[in-house]
Amino acid sequence: MKRGVIAKKQKQNLPVACSKQTDISTLATNVSQSTQEQKDHKVSSNEETGHSHDPLEEAVNFLRKIKDRTSLKNEVLQKHLSSVEKIAQERGLTPEEIDALLNIALSGKFAEVINTRLLKNLIPISAITEDSVVSAVSWLCVGKCSRSTQDEKLCPFVCHVLCLLTRRENVKHFRVRRLLDLRAKMGSEAPLQALLLMYKSFAPAMVTPDLFQSTKIRFKNSENLWKTAISNIRQRIYGISSTSLPVLAGSVLFQPPKKKWSAKLTMPMCNTNSACSAESAKAKCHPEFFPVQHLQTFPQLLQNIHCLELPTQIGSVLGNRLLLHYINCVRDDVVYQRMYFWLGQTFREECPWIKIENQQCELEFKDFLGKVLEAECFLQEGFSSCEEFLYRSLPFWDGCCCRSQVLQLITWIPLSTFSEMKPYLCKPLTQLFFTSSLYFKCSVLESLRELLLNWLNWHFLQADMTTDLNADVLDTTLSGLVSSVAELIHFVGWLSTLALHLENNSAFLMHFILEFYEIVCDTYQKYNLPLVVMPPAGVFYPALLSMDSVTVDHLCHIMFRYRTNLIAAKQNQQAKKTLLQFKFSNQTCQEYNQYITSMVGCLWTSNVFQKDFHPQGIYMEPEVLEKTMVQEYRKALNIVYHPALTGYAVLFMQQAQSEDKIPDIKLIQGKRWDWYLEYLYSQELQGLKLFIESSIKRVSQPSQTKPNN
Amino acid sequence: MSSRLLLKARHHRRDASTSNSRRMKTVGGVTADCGVNFTNTTYLSRGVLSLRKRKLFGQTPAKIMISQNPDLQENADHQIQFILSKQWTLYSVTPLYKFSYGRLQEYSKQLSCVITAQKEKRFMLEDETDLMFKAKFSSFSILKTIGKKQAAVLTEIIQRPQMVDEDEEEEQEGKVVWMGCFCCTCASDFVETVTEDFTCLPLFLVNGPKGFSNIVETWFQQTFDCYFSPLHISPIHLAWMAAIWSGCSMDHYKLATELTFSVPCLPYPLDISYAIHPEDAKALWDSIHSIQGEVKQEEVQLFMDSLYKHFHRHFKIYLSAARLVKVSTSVAFVHSLGKMKIHHAQYLMGVLSLLTELALSKIL
Repeated sequence: MKRGVIAKKQKQNLPVACSKQTDISTLATNVSQSTQEQKDHKVSSNEETGHSHDPLEEAVNFLRKIKDRTSLKNEVLQKHLSSVEKIAQERGLTPEEIDALLNIALSGKFAEVINTRLLKNLIPISAITEDSVVSAVSWLCVGKCSRSTQDEKLCPFVCHVLCLLTRRENVKHFRVRRLLDLRAKMGSEAPLQALLLMYKSFAPAMVTPDLFQSTKIRFKNSENLWKTAISNIRQRIYGISSTSLPVLAGSVLFQPPKKKWSAKLTMPMCNTNSACSAESAKAKCHPEFFPVQHLQTFPQLLQNIHCLELPTQIGSVLGNRLLLHYINCVRDDVVYQRMYFWLGQTFREECPWIKIENQQCELEFKDFLGKVLEAECFLQEGFSSCEEFLYRSLPFWDGCCCRSQVLQLITWIPLSTFSEMKPYLCKPLTQLFFTSSLYFKCSVLESLRELLLNWLNWHFLQADMTTDLNADVLDTTLSGLVSSVAELIHFVGWLSTLALHLENNSAFLMHFILEFYEIVCDTYQKYNLPLVVMPPAGVFYPALLSMDSVTVDHLCHIMFRYRTNLIAAKQNQQAKKTLLQFKFSNQTCQEYNQYITSMVGCLWTSNVFQKDFHPQGIYMEPEVLEKTMVQEYRKALNIVYHPALTGYAVLFMQQAQSEDKIPDIKLIQGKRWDWYLEYLYSQELQGLKLFIESSIKRVSQPSQTKPNN
Repeated sequence: MSSRLLLKARHHRRDASTSNSRRMKTVGGVTADCGVNFTNTTYLSRGVLSLRKRKLFGQTPAKIMISQNPDLQENADHQIQFILSKQWTLYSVTPLYKFSYGRLQEYSKQLSCVITAQKEKRFMLEDETDLMFKAKFSSFSILKTIGKKQAAVLTEIIQRPQMVDEDEEEEQEGKVVWMGCFCCTCASDFVETVTEDFTCLPLFLVNGPKGFSNIVETWFQQTFDCYFSPLHISPIHLAWMAAIWSGCSMDHYKLATELTFSVPCLPYPLDISYAIHPEDAKALWDSIHSIQGEVKQEEVQLFMDSLYKHFHRHFKIYLSAARLVKVSTSVAFVHSLGKMKIHHAQYLMGVLSLLTELALSKIL
């Protein structure tokens, strides 16, 4: 009776997709006999070697011809059997040999022990022919081989094959009943369970499982001995290591949920047994709908994109790239609303620093945040619930727990009014910023930089998409956006100024600050935003007077970009090409000019103390300068004497002069000045080069071109 | 005014008593209009911006309105009775996705199968009848705000009697072993504006064994993509309830007004129970409270401060340093861990709408 069931099942299912007969049989072959790569030429060469007096051929012939039910003790039989075993283990079997031996074993002419021995040694070198599979199934259907082989040994494989073959239309009541009967007899074996769960995913209403979270829904690689044998042979023949052997296709299908978070929250993994009962009615109307659990490849997604239904638990979308692709395409707000509710509540309930009892689960929460971040990066947009979570939880955050995740979440805060988010984001962040280490300060600046970058990218894409379309809306939108971005930049400027004070103008910190301004200076040209914001004096002067050539060079590059942006803006404004009637404030230009004056004074003309007009600049009264007793203060700051560059000057002079003399940098004048400049440019000071070449006119008056008001 | 000091050392879950201390203290209140012209462009973050209510980030509301006429329909006595005088555990639930009042029958069937399958540890067929456990969904229309579409949903689990009578002349009624009630009894902008794919029933009351609650919870979460979280109540909200309920007039008071405080930072758990004669409490509240139908935060604060002062005069203990964990009045009883019992039918809707607002504030 039992045997009948399995045999019949297999028979019922095979003809279902007749049109894809070959597909199925190759699939079955690959699946049941492990996936193989075709390496035909090698196989054939291998065949040649053992062709002439093949003991295997003899053995096969013998086994084929021998009478039924020969005694086990027959010596010749034993001899041939062991030669089959030996050869199979050593070099594997060709498709023809496998076919022959399979037919012998399944015909049931020997005792079970022999059959089992033969079956165990069916180790293929390359592929298994379709014919072998078909004849094997036919043998099983006539039921000639023993019961135990059929029921116990084959059951997991049959279930596995059925799992891969079953389609929606195959799930029928009578099959479910059969399976349940079988299950009642055999107990709840994992493979049967998995098959039932698979049925459930197709027809949620038909089966009700007794477990919500089935722990083992995976087809075991139970044929380990067999697989090791195959990989041994492959290694011997092709030198492929066993690890590269592809895993069974099925084990990918049924990944068990990785871990339970807490008793309450099931980790958002794609769940084969999710009871999509609410959808059952819908499913009846659209019989073609494609269960997301079976979605594995991108082509599958493309084929089924019209009949795909999202999992009933939206959280499972997070870890699934294909579904993320999908929700990125569907312009359906409901998806985002579901995500909003679910994520929001999950954050609230699981956050370790809002709820004390969650402190144990920091690692899990970290993983979860990682997953959310990955999804945000993938979609290139932030979820609103993440934003709210930040606002809600930052005041309680210690700056340590899940630090990098939280800081990354900040970078994905959707663009909105900055003044509105200021009390929720900036206040707690500022507190942490000023009381934490240098490294924390740098990471905060880094994430604010990325936030700015994301906003600018959003704007850029948006501007790209809606050209001409409702320009009015765009206008108001843009002005709001501009003021938000400007406020963010001012906020970072303020933070930076104070941080530089606190950290003693650390070069490391300065690097992160200048990286931020590297983006700010290009907002107009690169991101098409009518906005130019200069760095505050608290950033500019420490950078300009830094002891670090890298910092000075960086600043030079930034000022060069500012110049380019301002000139472009001015030209566009004169040509009235600007989309918006946006006016760069005179103040910005004035500020730029003040900065540029002091830079030129500092790097070129040595008159920074006299000519610096910035209210927070380093202008000094001549009397005060006299009092410093510094001789030649008029030469104090230029590319030779600037503290960040004197090192270069000394090295340059060392090369220019003979070695025994003490290098005298005073000699860098006239022609030497030009050589020295070339020398500096060759030292990777590209920013300095760009700055000097653009902002300093050397021919007539050593002045600078200003984008005058 | 008479007061009693009951110093009771109890086995108290320390973790639970401290869990609320750092939680946000919010309740639905004034909705701030974002009023920013560019937040409503949909490209940035689709769909959710319209939901955003900044009220969360504020403090407790400065005042709340109390509806004077509870919208309770007449002739619903027997239905109300079963809500009264039972201890309920409170949960907040995010909006149910694709929930339909028209398919309660279907849900009943599915949930019955799931519960029986779980309890008997076996697979079930769709059309199996004669189940050990039956789940029954019903629309509970008396528990809804008049004019609003969202009726409460009652879920019961009925166990088939173990011993079946030999003579089948009379079908024996099963025993209700578990009850749950989803409701939404307050007028809120959010409930109104939620899109039609969602059904907002934020407050979930449960009475019955935890095992069933877990099954039902999981089934709901998997079917309607919602999230259940226990509704704990912060001391601030408990104080509001204490004040509001103390002011409720009643023909005769059955119970004393009793506030229970838990003393923090002690090596052993210590609870202080502060019982007040209900008429004294009402007199105190009436002397503070000015405008009918509106309760202000300062009034609540003053009410509690007066009680603290009185207590300090007698016992030299500052109760304000302890944590209010339980409020019991003639109207209702509430525990900070989300346990609740309503004593008086007249105030049923009032109590439930306060709790619904709390639940809403937790999911938004």
